[in-house]
Amino acid sequence: MVQGFLLKYAEIGIKGKNRYKFENALCEQLRIKLSKIDGDYNVVRGQGRIYAEAAGDFDSDEVIETLKRVPGISAISPVEVVEDKSWDNVKKEAGNFIEKQYNNTDFSFKVKSKRSDKHYIYTSPEICIEMGAYLLSRFEGLKVDVHNPDVYIWVEIRDKAYIYSKVYKGAGGMPLGTAGKAMLLLSGGIDSPVAGYMISKRGVNLDAVYFHAPPYTSERAREKVVALAKQVSRYAGRIRLFTVNFTDIQMYIYEKCPHEELTIIMRRYMMRIAERLAVHNKCIGLVTGESIGQVASQTMQSLAVTNEVCSMPVYRPLIAFDKQDIVNIAEKIGTFETSIQPYEDCCTIFVAKHPVTKPEAEVIRNSEKKIEEKIEEMLKIAINTAEITEVDE
Amino acid sequence: MEIIFIMEAYLDNAATTPVLPEVCDIMLKVMKEDYGNPSSKHTKGMEAERYITGAAEDIAALMKCQPKEIVFTSGGTEANNMALLGAAAANTRKGKHIITTGIEHASVHETLSHLEEQGFEVTYLPVNSNGILDPDVLADAIREDTILVSVMYVNNETGSVQDIGRLCSVVKKKDSSILFHTDAVQAYGKYKIVPRKLGADLLSASGHKIHAPKGSGFLYIKDKTKINPFIYGGGQQKGMRPGTENVPAIAGLGLASKIIYGMADRIENLYNLKEKLIGRLKKIDGVTINGADNIPLQKTAPHIVSANFEGIRSEVLLHALAAKGVFVSSGSACSSNHPGISSTLKAIGVEDALLDSSLRFSFSVFTTEEQVDYAADVLEEELPVLRKFTRR
Repeated sequence: MVQGFLLKYAEIGIKGKNRYKFENALCEQLRIKLSKIDGDYNVVRGQGRIYAEAAGDFDSDEVIETLKRVPGISAISPVEVVEDKSWDNVKKEAGNFIEKQYNNTDFSFKVKSKRSDKHYIYTSPEICIEMGAYLLSRFEGLKVDVHNPDVYIWVEIRDKAYIYSKVYKGAGGMPLGTAGKAMLLLSGGIDSPVAGYMISKRGVNLDAVYFHAPPYTSERAREKVVALAKQVSRYAGRIRLFTVNFTDIQMYIYEKCPHEELTIIMRRYMMRIAERLAVHNKCIGLVTGESIGQVASQTMQSLAVTNEVCSMPVYRPLIAFDKQDIVNIAEKIGTFETSIQPYEDCCTIFVAKHPVTKPEAEVIRNSEKKIEEKIEEMLKIAINTAEITEVDE
Repeated sequence: MEIIFIMEAYLDNAATTPVLPEVCDIMLKVMKEDYGNPSSKHTKGMEAERYITGAAEDIAALMKCQPKEIVFTSGGTEANNMALLGAAAANTRKGKHIITTGIEHASVHETLSHLEEQGFEVTYLPVNSNGILDPDVLADAIREDTILVSVMYVNNETGSVQDIGRLCSVVKKKDSSILFHTDAVQAYGKYKIVPRKLGADLLSASGHKIHAPKGSGFLYIKDKTKINPFIYGGGQQKGMRPGTENVPAIAGLGLASKIIYGMADRIENLYNLKEKLIGRLKKIDGVTINGADNIPLQKTAPHIVSANFEGIRSEVLLHALAAKGVFVSSGSACSSNHPGISSTLKAIGVEDALLDSSLRFSFSVFTTEEQVDYAADVLEEELPVLRKFTRR
């Protein structure tokens, strides 16, 4: 008897001729993730689902928690694989499985079955009836409810027999490595890590860029961003984090441009730097944590003015999210605790009391003329001196 | 990026200090060779026990007390907890009133807030603009049900020094059964401390402020003081602090105490450094010194200077200094973890606008005049640049 995990995927099923690519990518991701925890695993594909057979010293809870973080999986069930599929044995093992999975058997159930082995002694409906009768006789308190059961018990007869019952919700989305790579603008805040997580769930690999401004922002603020990237990498896989020293640019803008336009102009330069880094590193999109109206620099007018400096698509997965919804996700993926550590980032430092909320592109472009003289050189320096940190869970 | 400092000026010795080489040596020897459990009956155990009795004797000799009056702890925080929780628990029959000041270290005021939740009543006394508690104010606060007074010896943020002897006698004159505790973490190694002369019943000290390792410290408990242990176990340290003793740390603390107290002239010289730094700071525009107005320098702690830098956030200045190899602290390192506003600075009446603009410079006996000069040079250089870019 082998233990394993039955994994279902939702959207891959509809990918037609490309389906195998998605399945291969998913199996690859599973192997990577499972190699990092205790136990030996064999990931096998078959009939619209994936089995991860587990052996050695594995911890079922840890495996489930790990699998929940793999984009592309919609549901996870711990499964008992029974080699000897003679009916008496399957019955007995199904009973043992129920005993192991449920502390008490005071619930209603329904047996569901499938068989691909058409020579098996029972048909699918017969398996349901026979199994139901056996379980009823073995466990006190168990009731059958075919319409609205508390628990489904699955029995599948294939080359071997598979028994499973509990279903855990997976991350959903698409397997990593099936979409392309994007550059995430990562600050120390709550939103950007969530944006990274959400995009990565669609199969997108990530690089990230962080702007720091020593001595105005501290080394600890930077460490916090590395910690956030690490959290995101639990879902998104390996992330290359570019740390760009933004102090000189920020100071130059601060000196020459109207103070209430500082933030918006700063953000335009951050986007420009991010886009250039993205191009150098074969990213085909930018990702930000912006959400309409959250702060002055995220009004629709501000977003329009920020947006116009890039030609690359900018993905904003949180654009219509309320703050609380973002916080909920941040808590779920474990970035919230880190994000609320109180270190200042370069967007909040020097911020004007009344920044422009409805900037006009023409006005901002004119203001930027005041820094034409040196800014290109400064951008080059900032990009060339960016430090790279490889982040992985 | 490699950072090369032309000079390094570590002026954050009130946060922690480097461990003396001799202390490292003895600790290494304890860990590698004399590793026995002091409670073991064999010779390995006895060897280890000798380090503990030796350290207690050395410290007792410095403080003119009995070795059995020294209980080794994991540091100042544990010593303060042990003193306050232990004294409170042992004296509830007499009352539940405790007196302290508004400028105590978190390990005192958080412990007292906990006791408040347990039904004790705590009076927090104000200090004047030099951070000094008026003995008359203390006398007036004493009630019939007062069981404990806790006043820190040297304030960690401003270096203000209380007249502990005077405060003790005020308390004892009113009611000799009231226990007096002083948090002497910043005073130990800087002042000759004789608890019996001061009149204190309980006195906390920490090792890592005097070049001993982190995780070392002690509580002086005057013989026959009514105090309960707050952890329970195998009866080590006469049941007051059970658990296998941290022998290397204790050996290190004993040796460091001996060495540092043997450097009387260097301790005295700290005042020259302090005078020099204050002199140079005062020459810079928009710099004010905390807790040192109209008070002779000798009445403040020799190793702490607290200054406000108008118009600039302390954290920014701190990072700018660090980039040049000058290491200081904003507020106190212990309260920097939760960047609220320093309660001590507020208590001594620092203007609101300056609360977020203060830095603490702190010396050890190994700080040099060159380092102080270098720090002042860097400040003179950096301040005008940083002030150009303040929030408008």
